[in-house]
This record gives sequence, C-alpha cells and structure tokens, in this order.
Amino acid sequence: MPETTRPLPTDDPTQVAAFEARIAAGESIEPKDWMPERYRRQLTRMMSQHAHSEIVGMLPEGNWITRAPSLRRKLSLIAKVQDEAGHGLYIYCGTETLGVDRFDLYNQLLDGTAKYSSIFNYPTLAWADMGVIGWLVDGAAIVNQTILAKTSYGPYARAMVRICKEENFHKRQGYEICMTLAKGTPAQREMLQDAVNRFWWPSLMMFGPSDTHSPNTAELLKWRVKRKTNDELRQRFINLTVPQAQELGITLPDPDLRYNAETKNWDFGTIDWSEFQEVIAGNGPCNRERLEARRAAHDEGRWVRDAAAAHAAKRSQATAAA
Amino acid sequence: MSDVTGAPVGDSHWPLWEVFTQENQGQPFEHAGSVHATDAEHALQNARDVYARRGEAVNLWVVPSAAITASAPSDAGPFFDPGNDKAYRHPQFYIAPRGIRIF
Amino acid sequence: MAESEELGIATGEAQAGGRAVAGASRGPVLGPPLVEYLLRLGDDRLILGHRLSEWCGHGPILEEDIALSNMALDLIGQAASLLRLAGEAEGQGRDEDALAYWRDGVRFRNALLMELPKGDFGFTVVRQFLVSAQSVFLWEALLASTHEGLAGVAAKAIKEAKYHLRHASEWVVRLGDGTPESHDRVQRALDDCWRYTGELFAQDEVDAAVAALGITVDMASIRARWDQVVDDVLQRATLTRPADGPMRHGGRVGRHTEHLGHLLSVMQSVARAHPGATW
Repeated sequence: MPETTRPLPTDDPTQVAAFEARIAAGESIEPKDWMPERYRRQLTRMMSQHAHSEIVGMLPEGNWITRAPSLRRKLSLIAKVQDEAGHGLYIYCGTETLGVDRFDLYNQLLDGTAKYSSIFNYPTLAWADMGVIGWLVDGAAIVNQTILAKTSYGPYARAMVRICKEENFHKRQGYEICMTLAKGTPAQREMLQDAVNRFWWPSLMMFGPSDTHSPNTAELLKWRVKRKTNDELRQRFINLTVPQAQELGITLPDPDLRYNAETKNWDFGTIDWSEFQEVIAGNGPCNRERLEARRAAHDEGRWVRDAAAAHAAKRSQATAAA
Repeated sequence: MSDVTGAPVGDSHWPLWEVFTQENQGQPFEHAGSVHATDAEHALQNARDVYARRGEAVNLWVVPSAAITASAPSDAGPFFDPGNDKAYRHPQFYIAPRGIRIF
Repeated sequence: MAESEELGIATGEAQAGGRAVAGASRGPVLGPPLVEYLLRLGDDRLILGHRLSEWCGHGPILEEDIALSNMALDLIGQAASLLRLAGEAEGQGRDEDALAYWRDGVRFRNALLMELPKGDFGFTVVRQFLVSAQSVFLWEALLASTHEGLAGVAAKAIKEAKYHLRHASEWVVRLGDGTPESHDRVQRALDDCWRYTGELFAQDEVDAAVAALGITVDMASIRARWDQVVDDVLQRATLTRPADGPMRHGGRVGRHTEHLGHLLSVMQSVARAHPGATW
C-alpha cells in the first residue's frame, strides 16, 4: 500500500492528547475532526480491506447463482450477493470520508497491492458451500462486525450498523440451507459435511493472526478502532458455533475441540498459520482467479463508465448553452 | 472537463452524491450514505437501488457531495455552546399552575 | 395465423396413432391454452432474469451490479408466481420448481430474445429496454385480466416493469449518446436484437383462445404503444431504428436457439443430480 511509502507527518502532541482523551471518553470521531495521521491511515487500510472483501466475496457465491436448485434459493442467493455489493459500497463510501477516492482504492485492489479477506480465495465446489458460507463465514463476519459497530470512527460505525441489520438474513439463510441438507438425502448430508470440512479452518482464520502476532492490534485497540482482540473474537465465534453444529448433526474437523468447564470455552486445535500466510501472500487456491474476475469486470466496464461520463458532460454543456 | 457538481469526469471517476432517505411520509430526511453517478437522475436511480432495496424509503434526495458545506468541528464550542444556556427557549423554564392545561 | 401454419402447430392431441410412422404432426404438441399462455409469460421472465443474474459480481460499476440484481430478482419473482399459476392451471401437481427445473428445453415457451447470451453491457440494456417496454404495456392491460391470479401478478409486476423501463431507457440514451464506441456498441446490439422483437407481439391460436376469454388482450394495441416509446428513446439516444426484416420465431412453441440448452444445463444441474431431494 502507498501508505508505507509515504513518510508520516509528525502530529502535534497536544492535539494527539486531546484526541486520545476524546476516544477515552467514548466520543465518536467524525470526518472533519482532527485525527492523528496514523489513525487516518489505519482506518483507511482497515475499511478498504473490509470493502474489498465484500466485493471479492461476491464471486465465490456468485459462482452458484445460476445453479441454485430452487427458485426460492436462487432469489435469496441473488439478494445476498447483491447485499455484499451494497455493503462494499457502504464501506467504500465511509472510507471516502477520509479523503480517498473509491476508484483509487479499487485500483489498489486490482493491482494486487491491497488485501482482502483470505476466505474468499477458497473455491466453492458444491451447492452446500452456499449454506456453509452463510453459516460460518457470515457468522464469523457478524461476530466481527457487531463489535465494529461500536468503532470510534463514526462513518465506519454507522455503515456497520446498517450492515449488521442486513447480514442477519445472510446467516439465517445459510443455516437454513445447512439444516435442509442435514435433513436431506445421504448425498446431501455428505455434501454438507464436506463443505464444513473445507470451510471450518479458513473461517477461524478470518479473525486474523493470533494477538501475539498481530502487528496492528495494540494501536487499533488503543484508538478503539477495534474493541476486541482477534483471539477474543475467534473464541466467541467458536463458542457460538459449536452448538449450532451439534444441532445439524455434523462434525467439525478438529479432534482437539472440547468443552473446557473451567473457562466455559470450547478449546480448539492449533491453526495452521502457514496456510494463512500462503493465502495472504497470493498463493491460495483462487487468488489469481478472483482478481482476474474483478479486473475483467472493470476493464470490460470501462467503455460504459466513460460513455456515461461523456453523456453527462454533453448534457451539462447543452444546459449551459441553453 | 467538469460536470454540474464541479468534479472532474472522464477516466471513469464519476462524481459523488450524498443520499438522504425519508422512511415514512411526513418524517424528516436522514443521511443514508453516498453513491457515484454521472448526473442527478442517474444518482437518484443508483440511490434507489442501493439504499431502498428493503423498502426503507418513500422519498429520496440526492445532493452533489461537493455542494455540502459543513460546520467545522474545531468551531463546535463557539458555534453551538451559546445555544446551551438559553433555558428560556424551552417550555420547562416557565411555571404553570398544577391541574391547568396550558395547551 | 401465418407463423403457426408455417410451423404446423397442432393443439391438443397428436394426430398420429402409436405405431404409425406417417401422419404425425409436423409441429410440437401444445397443452391447454391457459397453461401455455402462463408458461410463456413465466418462462420469458425466468430466462431473462437468469441472464441478468449472470451479471451479479461482474457489472461495469458496483452501483450497476446492484441495479441489475434488483431487476433479476423482480423478474425471477414474477416467474415464480406465473409458473405457480401455470402449474395450478395444469392440475398435475407440478409447482414452480418442477416446471423450472424438470422441463427440457423443447418444453420452454420463452421468446428467443430472452435466451440470447448476456453479451456486453450494451446488449444487456438494449434487450432490457425492448422487453421492458413490452412488459409495461402488457402488464397494464393484464391488470384487467379476467384471470384473477394473473391480474394479481400484474398489479405488482407493473411497478417493477416501469422501473426497469426507466432504468434501461436512461442507459440506452447514455450509451447511444455517449462516446463513439458506446454508440457503435449499442447500435450493433439493437440491430442484433431487432429480428427477435416480432416474437414479443406475435399471436397464435393460444393467444387467441385466452384473449377470447378476456384473460389477455390483442397485442396489436400494445405494439403501437411500444413503437412510440422505442422511437422516442432511440431518438434521444441518437440511434437508428432498424428496418423490420424477417423476424425470428419459435420460442413460444419450444423451437429454441441452441443457447437455451446450455443455459438449462447449468440452471438445472444441481436439482437434476438429486431427484426427489428438497432444498
């Protein structure tokens, strides 16, 4: 990201102190408020990654729109993928209040310099994936976003409130698909179990590296951009999800998963962070395909965007001349 | 080249519009978010598709973002505090005898 | 009607007996007119909605991904209602999913225009414009249909179609009167679509039978209003209306282009791999 190439201006310590006092008092920061340059950049990075994730996240599910096995499922899948476009848009629009342009952010996604959630670099191989993504991936996202709705930056928090409201339907439709498959034919149950096997660990990785290895966590917590650590959120997600898996009668692919009566948490096995690093580094199963699909859409749409801009210019000239 | 909003067009940078939605007849318009669009009608259509998908609006306003002037947060003190101590602007300031309806 | 004579459509039972080699109908066998008519309306929307849904995630700009998905949702929603009515009229226990997922291509009754591949964004909006203009006037007429269920669908669908027409018209104008490249692209799309527009207004004995019952109207009146809107928008878009040459027909009686088979092989693949499963 360009943020690493530009030197940070030094912020006035008294202004920083006043800013941090506001954060400590639980105030929310608005676009025109003074903010440390680091805060602005951390937010820009985090929000744009979040928005990119929504947009790239349209692809694995979009992959099954044309094959949804009933009209009801087809409608709800289109509506869900459409919401992801909407959510990307809400967050981009929140990011634009920090003085960046959506098109520039988008170009960073297309040229591979910006990151997005690694989960979307896994392929969707069966219809059951639509259920499991809704249940686990959206479930994990909701755990994250519910906390983000209290983030210190006003526009981000407001976008999150709107998104959380809408995403509840995503998780429910996912779980409903899983439930239908779990009660279905042996082939449907097998399809469901296989999808869970593939998506369980990547879902846990969605919360990001363990706190001890997360370079940004401390600062983000101090400024209340984040309100909980990656590990806390991950544990919360697992605790919520295990009973749901039991209800479905499927197994989670972790032999070390067991209830800890003392901590009241579900203890789990070791996450393979080398896989996570590989996917982040661009070597996941679908990194290349995802970016290529976005680039193709962008390139093939250029003439459309240019034409609309040219038409508007002609019209405003005509109005001016009249 | 520039458009009605004063923002440059071309190279596919469509200008930004702020969207305000009215949830029910008679209620105030609230800021919902923004969209990119080439002109007002286009902005209205995009706003409809993005911010009224679930029937959240019965009316929409779109305004070029560049046309909005905001108060500066650093001026918040002198700008707004003087309004805080004018208790005589609020009905509770005045004493009315118990049991009598003034309105 | 001229076109059905050409196709040799036989309504009702096939004329040939089981073993006879000679004497079979030259055309497809059609079901009762009301069922056929509802399938035509429903399949038009199912197939066009499916084509629009292919854009989801691949639009020229995020706002447009959302808009195209909205239209796909409207159309597939209409299709579900119409196919349900068709199943009820047929009375053989088939619901909208049975009709959408378990009919073969020759049983589909959509107009050919709907099944053509999505093409570029210009093609998509031109087709959407031509179809939406027909839909608006058709739904307006069907508000007064003697078929209560159909009139009910019309009451909801008319609003959706009006918005589709507004959205598509604006895009036709923007692209037609945009850059030289966009102008050429939409003019070509218009030329490509044109020979399929006749089928949107064609009438055979199925239409005549339902029209006689007050279920639908004479398409000639709709055609006249369609012409007006098309001329108006094309003029604003600086596009040239193509000449009415020979028109392509066949979709209404199951004689499709090769594109439909591929569309269905994708659309029906999951459902058909698991007979009897619920989703």
